[in-house]
Amino acid sequence: MSYQSELYQQVILDHNKKPRNFRPLENPTHSCDGHNPLCGDEITIYLKLNKDMMVEEISFSGSGCAISKASASLMTTHVKGKSVEEVKIMFDEFHRMIRGEFDPDKNKHHLGRLTIFIGVREFPSRTKCASLAWHTLICALDRKGEAYTE
Amino acid sequence: MAEKIIKTEFDVERIRGDFPMLSVMVNNKPLKYLDNAATTHKPFSVIERVRKFDTEEYATIHRGTYKLGERATILYNEMRTKVASFIGAPEPRSIIFTSGATQSINLVAYSFGHRYINEGDEIIISHIEHHANIVPWQVLCEERKAILKVIPVNDNGELIMEKYEQLLSEKTRLVAITHISNALGTVNPVREIVKKAHDVGARVLIDGAQSIPHMKVNVKELNCDFLAFSGHKIYGPTGIGVLYGKPEILESMPPYVTGGDMINTVTLEKTTYAKPPSKFEAGTPPISQVIGLGAAIDYINSIGIDRIQNYEKELLIYGEKVLQDIGGIRIIGTAKNKASIISFSLENVHPHDVATILDEDGIAVRGGHHCAQPTMKRFGVPATTRASFAFYNKPEELDALARGVKKVLEIFS
Repeated sequence: MSYQSELYQQVILDHNKKPRNFRPLENPTHSCDGHNPLCGDEITIYLKLNKDMMVEEISFSGSGCAISKASASLMTTHVKGKSVEEVKIMFDEFHRMIRGEFDPDKNKHHLGRLTIFIGVREFPSRTKCASLAWHTLICALDRKGEAYTE
Repeated sequence: MAEKIIKTEFDVERIRGDFPMLSVMVNNKPLKYLDNAATTHKPFSVIERVRKFDTEEYATIHRGTYKLGERATILYNEMRTKVASFIGAPEPRSIIFTSGATQSINLVAYSFGHRYINEGDEIIISHIEHHANIVPWQVLCEERKAILKVIPVNDNGELIMEKYEQLLSEKTRLVAITHISNALGTVNPVREIVKKAHDVGARVLIDGAQSIPHMKVNVKELNCDFLAFSGHKIYGPTGIGVLYGKPEILESMPPYVTGGDMINTVTLEKTTYAKPPSKFEAGTPPISQVIGLGAAIDYINSIGIDRIQNYEKELLIYGEKVLQDIGGIRIIGTAKNKASIISFSLENVHPHDVATILDEDGIAVRGGHHCAQPTMKRFGVPATTRASFAFYNKPEELDALARGVKKVLEIFS
């Protein structure tokens, strides 16, 4: 399997074509706009946290490449029902995984199916596509104004 | 099949042999390099000339009372004369070496701007500029309380000249315009633009980063006041660029970067400046890169810029045809007068994904906004995929591009 076909797996293509939770949320408790200045991709994350600081609802809107859209879509399905603390652990593992610094095959992890993004580590120019939604989610949780991929 | 479509007599295989990078393998496939609007590869003659200079002739300039320094100074000055003659500038002193087109434009924005732009004055740019020809003017306008006006473009990506004429007035101090759009390939009617600007007493800067490598540019014929371009887009080294300016205007402008080499005398109380071009070349310049730029100009001259332009035009026509034959593709930038750049978008596929998948077959294209976000916005897309050709490209590479695009459409179907 080539690196490219490892990157564009069926699940990723499917989430790109039919993104889940792809709509604005009315009355979110948290939200944030994310930008990737390199390519102009834009995303907004909407969140509803309950009183126990658990993600009750999450959605996103915006435009981007298949990797960024699928990453946002899969992220929303995975963080729903998780606590803020758990979300931050997932972000950290995900972020390190796509940069090749964390191997979920060899370590205990909390990523579930998000490990399909492991192929991104072969494409340093695409890590920002995969991480934009996550940076924006963290920004929403921290109530910062706007997120930019670093 | 493909080669029959190209009629211009042009031994592209022989030319390709001059460029070592063109035989590199990418993902076990021969490189098909179609990102020439971003940067170009260097022929052996440029690489070898720089190597020879660095290993046998290197010394700093304008100081040496020793033989090597004297020779390096003579060589450096010869390169200035070579550049002047390449762009039809009557006098070598009108050529300033910079780090690239971006710095050339910034030099004018800072220096010309501080001398000539005041509150209420107007600067005109177009909607299809590279960020390098937008941001310096925004910064200047904010600082000097001047006003930035923008020439709109039609749906083909051509400037609307009637609107340009309406924008011009006695308040216009400068028109800063690209010769060829890096995102769309549009060739702007710069001679007419210059004439109309001069009629109201405004100066004109032409961003020639995309035109110098692909067509004959003669500053005397165009009568422009400034011209900026980069070495690495004309088969030369990075870190070297050129600003041409009319000598009498350069004389009247204050220094931009200050320090050594740009002075007549320095006391602790006061400094008097050297005349242009030295006034604008503070510090030790990129000497090897200047030598490399000269070698690149020699190489282009050995092929002939007119032959380059004719061959690239045929590549453009062929490339547009094979892409359009696929269907489901939108070419953005359909000006009548167009250089060898094809920007396109595919329905439901982001250019980043296109570029990544093409890379698997060794095809290098740019997917992104091309540092021209206002252009992208004008055409309602966040980004495009851009294939940009040089005279060392061959029709077979465009066939490969078309096959790659078909593959992308299949993956995302």
